[in-house]
Amino acid sequence: MSEIPLPQTAKRVVPWWLLRHETMLAVILLLALIVLGGLNSRFLTLDNLLNQGRLTTEVGLIALPMTFIIITGGIDLSVGSIVGLCAILLGYSWKNFGFPLPLAICFSLLVGAAAGLLNGIVITRVKVPPLIMTIATLALYRGLAEGISQARSVRGYPEWFYFIGQENLFGVPAQLWLLLIAIVVSAIVLDRTTFGRTLYAIGNNETAARFSGLPVDRVKLIIYTLSGLMAGLSACVLVSRVTTTRSDMGIGYELDVIAAVVLGGTSIFGGVGTIWGTVVGLAMIQLLKNGLALTGVKGDATIVVIGAVLILSTLVASSLQRRRDGV
Amino acid sequence: MTTLTLAGTEADPRRRLKVLASQEALLAIAVIGLAIAVGLYNPRFLAARNLSDVLLGNAYIAVAAVGMSMVIVSGNIDISVGALIGVLATISGTLAVNGAPIVVAWLAALVAGVLVMALQGAIIAYLRIPAIVVTLGMLSILKGGLISVTGGKWITDLPDSFHLADIELFGVLPFPVFLMILVTILAALWMRYSASGRAIYAVGGNAEAARLCGISQPRTIVMVFALHGFFAGAAALLYATQLRVIQSTVPPNLELTIITASVVGGVSILGGVGTVIGSTLAAVLIAEIASALVFIDVSPYWIRAVQGVLILVTVIADILRRRRMAGA
Repeated sequence: MSEIPLPQTAKRVVPWWLLRHETMLAVILLLALIVLGGLNSRFLTLDNLLNQGRLTTEVGLIALPMTFIIITGGIDLSVGSIVGLCAILLGYSWKNFGFPLPLAICFSLLVGAAAGLLNGIVITRVKVPPLIMTIATLALYRGLAEGISQARSVRGYPEWFYFIGQENLFGVPAQLWLLLIAIVVSAIVLDRTTFGRTLYAIGNNETAARFSGLPVDRVKLIIYTLSGLMAGLSACVLVSRVTTTRSDMGIGYELDVIAAVVLGGTSIFGGVGTIWGTVVGLAMIQLLKNGLALTGVKGDATIVVIGAVLILSTLVASSLQRRRDGV
Repeated sequence: MTTLTLAGTEADPRRRLKVLASQEALLAIAVIGLAIAVGLYNPRFLAARNLSDVLLGNAYIAVAAVGMSMVIVSGNIDISVGALIGVLATISGTLAVNGAPIVVAWLAALVAGVLVMALQGAIIAYLRIPAIVVTLGMLSILKGGLISVTGGKWITDLPDSFHLADIELFGVLPFPVFLMILVTILAALWMRYSASGRAIYAVGGNAEAARLCGISQPRTIVMVFALHGFFAGAAALLYATQLRVIQSTVPPNLELTIITASVVGGVSILGGVGTVIGSTLAAVLIAEIASALVFIDVSPYWIRAVQGVLILVTVIADILRRRRMAGA
């Protein structure tokens, strides 16, 4: 820090926009597509790519509000458990309370939002650090899912319910429309609204944001609630796709979600990040999984790669950041 | 002026000791009170066999929670420890089955534990990547690696001499319980009275002040993680040797149980405060609750929810208490 900043004459070897995280990532993504396509003829087919979109929706829906949360310098580790809890309550309220399925879906979305709201309330009112609060509810929500379901699964939903998870709409997987709408809305909110600017302000300097009169606590409450709601939505899509509910659903989602967000250039320290970055990050993670699967690597080994990608991308991002700051 | 003196008393070691003592006393009362209450409802709970099973089967959690407490006191977190314990147990068991000397099999778990955790500590301390990112990544590397290498196969036909957990000292004291008590006392004394032990509190309490006192923050963090890895290795040995088989998968959510023990034991999640005596008592309490559920005819599937509530209540109480002490 004590070093004198480099004078303007220091030569830039590469233009600045090439060094932007999203650009680099998009280039890597293209290269990966070409290499994987060359390795396996089944990879670069429209069918396969659309199917990958189907599979990424559940994680993608959660990654959008997670981008908001990480931009504010927070984190939500409980999302996977909320998916489990909502999935269980969807099945349980339908089967055991006799709710009509549409009502059961609303109920599970409501529970997701409530679970997120509880995170938000304790984080903003009691000032429990988000990391700790969501580790606690990671245990609590998964525990409720296990306790309520008693490890029993629910299946046999009506046929129409499988539409969102398994059918196509205008030739594109139905749930992908949901994700696309969510992406566009999130991008507009983050980029073009006061709400979005507030998120960056909180992430850059929360105290300053507070003293500038920004509604810091209300904004945080909203994004954690949103995170829970989207996890609930993700649970409904997941149940519709796999046709059953089990209490272990969504285990490990927090890894995929956080890896996609961080890989997409959102700084884990807050203040920096875009929805487009997250979208490219999501695509990278899903292609990685698919590419590895096609080359015969088993599912368990792919999480090794995702874990390594998470650590390495944070390393690269933070060293780039340090260079930009002239340290 | 008032705020200044109040802030001063908070740092006063005597005052802090009193607060901590109360947390530990509270836990001890809870452990005994719960035993009596459940015993009244169902006397079979108090059978010597059950109580010793509870202690024996969960001593490894208390041992791992000692290391976790140090990590949290230093202001960090580790969610990879559950996966690491699974990996270390498998390494040790594989060596033992393939004819390596038993002592080598035991040592391998300890050494590998120290290496993995020291590496994580170094990435956190020197490359300044948040602990949650590093350990979340490592969690999936270890978990995925273990299942893909072993294919989830169980290790059986372990040599008899491998079973550390079977040893009974003086014919009465089972080794896991002995180790749990020994590790807790040594770690508590070391953290309280040695300079390097105090450094953990300093780094967790106020990193800048610690630096000005000449304490190297990165070095302290690497040391804490290395020690944590050692305790994880010891925990893995107890875990691996208590049954006749080692399930070569990661025990699900083990890290959550260990973190719960540390936090409920009074280790402040804001860093800088807490003792390992509390975390060991909390580990015993959690194991006792899990066993009690069965005896009061509640499904054991509720245990994770109980753990979640316990962490939540302790964390909120800790923060409210700090706020009151700060005179806010």
